[in-house]
Amino acid sequence: MNHASMAVAAGVAEPRERETRGLYAWIASLDHKQLGIIYLITGIIFLIVGGMEALVIRMQLATPRNTFVSPDTFNQMFTMHGTTMIFLVVIPLVIGLGIYLVPLQIGARDMAYPRLNALGAWLVVLAGPLLYYSFIAGGAPNAGWFSYAPLSERPYSMGTGIDYWILGLFVLGISTIGAAINFIVTIIKLRAPGMTMTRLPLFTWMTFVNSFIILAALPVLNASLAMLLIDRQLGGHFFTPQSGGSAILWQHFFWSFGHPEVYIMVLPAFGVISEVIPVFSRKAIFGYEFIAGSTVAIAFLSFSVWAHHMFVVGLGRAADIFFAIASMLIAIPTGVKILNWSVTLWGGAIRFTTPMLFAMAFLVQFTFGGITGVSFAAIPLDWQVEDSYYLVAHLHYVAVGGIVFAVFAAFYYWFPKMTGRMLSETLGKWNFWLWFVGFNLTFFVQHILGLLGMPRRVWTYPDLPHWGSYNMISTVGAYLLAAGTLVFVYNLIVSFRRGAPAGDNPWHAWTLEWATPSPPPEENFTLVPPIRGRRPLWDLAHPPAERASAGARGQRREASAIGGAELGMLAFIGSEAVFFVILIIAYGYYHEAAHTGTVAARVLDPARAGVNTLFLLASSGTMWLAGKSLARGNTTGLLRWIAATIVLGAVFLFGQAREWTALIGRNVTISRDLFGTTFFTLTGFHGLHVFLGLLLLLMLFGLGLRGQFKAPRSAGLEVVGIYWHFVDAVWIVVYSVIYLWSVLVR
Amino acid sequence: MVLILKIGSVFSPASPMAEATLRLLYLLLILGTAVLAVIAVIVVVSAIRFRDRGREVPEEHKRGTTEVFWILGAAVLLLVILVPTVRTMRVVDPPADGRSPDLVVIGHQFWWEIRYPASGAVAANEIHIPVGRPWLVRVESADVIHNFWVPQLARKIDATPGYPVTMWLEASSPDVFLGACGEFCGVEHAWMRIRVVAQTPVAFQAWLREQSRPPAPPVTPDAIAGERLYQRLACVNCHASSVAVGPDLTHMAGRATLAGGVIQNTPANLTRWLGNPDAVKRGSLMPDFHLDERSLRQLVAYLETLK
Repeated sequence: MNHASMAVAAGVAEPRERETRGLYAWIASLDHKQLGIIYLITGIIFLIVGGMEALVIRMQLATPRNTFVSPDTFNQMFTMHGTTMIFLVVIPLVIGLGIYLVPLQIGARDMAYPRLNALGAWLVVLAGPLLYYSFIAGGAPNAGWFSYAPLSERPYSMGTGIDYWILGLFVLGISTIGAAINFIVTIIKLRAPGMTMTRLPLFTWMTFVNSFIILAALPVLNASLAMLLIDRQLGGHFFTPQSGGSAILWQHFFWSFGHPEVYIMVLPAFGVISEVIPVFSRKAIFGYEFIAGSTVAIAFLSFSVWAHHMFVVGLGRAADIFFAIASMLIAIPTGVKILNWSVTLWGGAIRFTTPMLFAMAFLVQFTFGGITGVSFAAIPLDWQVEDSYYLVAHLHYVAVGGIVFAVFAAFYYWFPKMTGRMLSETLGKWNFWLWFVGFNLTFFVQHILGLLGMPRRVWTYPDLPHWGSYNMISTVGAYLLAAGTLVFVYNLIVSFRRGAPAGDNPWHAWTLEWATPSPPPEENFTLVPPIRGRRPLWDLAHPPAERASAGARGQRREASAIGGAELGMLAFIGSEAVFFVILIIAYGYYHEAAHTGTVAARVLDPARAGVNTLFLLASSGTMWLAGKSLARGNTTGLLRWIAATIVLGAVFLFGQAREWTALIGRNVTISRDLFGTTFFTLTGFHGLHVFLGLLLLLMLFGLGLRGQFKAPRSAGLEVVGIYWHFVDAVWIVVYSVIYLWSVLVR
Repeated sequence: MVLILKIGSVFSPASPMAEATLRLLYLLLILGTAVLAVIAVIVVVSAIRFRDRGREVPEEHKRGTTEVFWILGAAVLLLVILVPTVRTMRVVDPPADGRSPDLVVIGHQFWWEIRYPASGAVAANEIHIPVGRPWLVRVESADVIHNFWVPQLARKIDATPGYPVTMWLEASSPDVFLGACGEFCGVEHAWMRIRVVAQTPVAFQAWLREQSRPPAPPVTPDAIAGERLYQRLACVNCHASSVAVGPDLTHMAGRATLAGGVIQNTPANLTRWLGNPDAVKRGSLMPDFHLDERSLRQLVAYLETLK
């Protein structure tokens, strides 16, 4: 991996540790390229696993009343198939592509937080086996990939499968949020000179916008998973109708994550298509601004459409129509992209390489899937085909015919850069055609099956006319997909060993990753080319008649700014804020729906809690004073104020503990009623955040004792300060919602 | 491949609501095909006409007119879809106006409880309705989320525990219409099939009268012994309509299928079912009473009298 002995790597603030070669180098690596490849390999492995699950499903459904597997096995198969493909295949693949490419595309040396990057990669590698351990721990999760309550609750799911589902997804959620924070700070802070935000390659731009969606959506999932786990293991009642909880609330929460999630998956795919189509049309992309701008529109709109997954719940005419209109609206920015990609082809000079074939198939297939998606927004149609095979067909047309085809395009396009070797075009064409035919054969007929009345998630079906034959066709298609996947994996292995050497820029592309050897040296670039537009290498090859001043040629990279720690922490607390908002919404919902307010009024002591609050607020003051002391160079004062913050924070936690003990002594527990469930969850998670903050402060104190702080500022102190103030601010909201509101109810 | 789609499907509506929905589907089909054709034509024609001939195309700076036209066009297209959508919603889901339901459907794992509030009749899995009259149906669940779906007749709606909802059900012609549970509800979600038998008003009244009458007492020795066995085994502990762990059996012999549609209702099948329920419907909550052959014969003989 280490090509560049002549690295003139300037401006590195810290010496990079030299890892040894071999397997250990990979395990200990902090290099975004290696970590990106770890993500990608993990994704490919789980693609095969999830694909095998799909084959079991299709084998069972090939004929009516088949008994290839039992219904219980089948239900585990489709649950794990969906969960695997979304969380262990597509997300790792698109995030992994971003981690590999973004620093290269912006002319940076690495991501802003290499250690966070490594943590994220290995959390994915851990989460997969954690989820799959469930198979031998009593049964894999079997309530579908979105685990509707109360089926996912006890007593309907008594085994540990759902708990493994929760834990696996929780770990993956943390990994994904970390990656998003990393992308945001990297793209804002580490762009090479000349790489303005409006000159970003579209893949990087999409990854950037996507990261904001992740920050806002993944915490919703984490909060929902926490509530479900509390229900299942601690006797909570969030989603158990039999004890006053709401099954529908789970759906609202889950789809508030779940719908943005599909955009999280597709936006990087859009980025890939935006790179591949122009290069193989030998033409700049048509309408860069609209593609970039429509992405932002999609990001916002994606949070306003979630209840289109709930049209059959019976939420009422007004809600249904609102979400129908929002869902139709989101088709517009998506359609603009499709138009612009298609028009890019027009008048170009098209080269039918394997990545281009996948990209062109994407255009037609994703459009098809998008159109059936709009058909769901025509609500009476949804009232027929929701949760039928028509829906299964739709989702696979966008997720597979769209996203997975784009991922294949990405592999064929960037494998040369990653390994220095070309993938075999012959095998690539076999891969493509097996997938193109197999995919459409598998999923087109499923539209018809849905319209014939076949529901989804059925382990078998009656021998109704045409159900058997169409299912058989679909199964045959699945085997073609399997064959194509084998060809792909074989291509990867064989080409890695014996593929034709790629050189720096085998496709004559124009973005920065092609301005460095294949594979790139550890520091990515010895010299970043001058950046004067969106296609730096094109501009280099077609210089304008006038030359700018001499300083424009052969610019050195600037020192990568280490600053941005604060930016990362701000991004993190943004995501944590969303987490708390969901818990507060749950508390607020049950305040009315389950009259928890009356219980709160009866059992809570707002005055005492208010005194406790004052301690916490004071600790924010002492934290601020700590920063002031450091600014004046007063390290003793710094230590004193940090210690004071710790003490005040500990007093607050102690006060919380006393209140909890008193409540539990009066039989107000998490399992007794919805007040207990919502109260202890909300205050509990806040207390956990305070506790973690105290740990951070203790670390700072220890560093201070060893004289590690240099006036006038310390990024570490700033960052922990931001976190601590955030935790206090959250408490102000929580105090108001729980205690002050209870006073109003009296 | 010939697409004969006229069976039990969205394409063979038998009610005004299903017909209105099908018309909406055709509209979407036409508009969707048109949009897809535009993209497909651009892609295919480009692939043919603009093959690589070794040139590079210089960058042009375009104004956004194409996109603006597209956005406006798309917005118009969506309005064209939205208006019929709202109109069709009014046909499919008119307001209930405080009317009390004609039918109550309660989803269980893994069968449907059917109640006729007006007459007090109770059935399971098989619904009889008179043709030509829209009925208000209240849909509930006793355990997890189910979904009531009979594509030829009506919209589907979730049966959510703790959240009863109403929908309209109507058949335009006398026939048997098949449906299914449309929300994954556990191990035997696939076998929560629904049968809606639409009858002429006269036939329906006759059926309803029969359902409201207790069945004739058993006469054959086997059936009499079977009745005693039925009481000794305390089947009503689950199968009483007031308990509803299992379907009410008072008139079970008149139904076309057993166990949520997994088998036809014949004496042989009933014997198989009682002999080993799990073998017939894996995961069913019906226990195996390990009855010997004679007991089975007697019990089946009794149950067959419950018309």
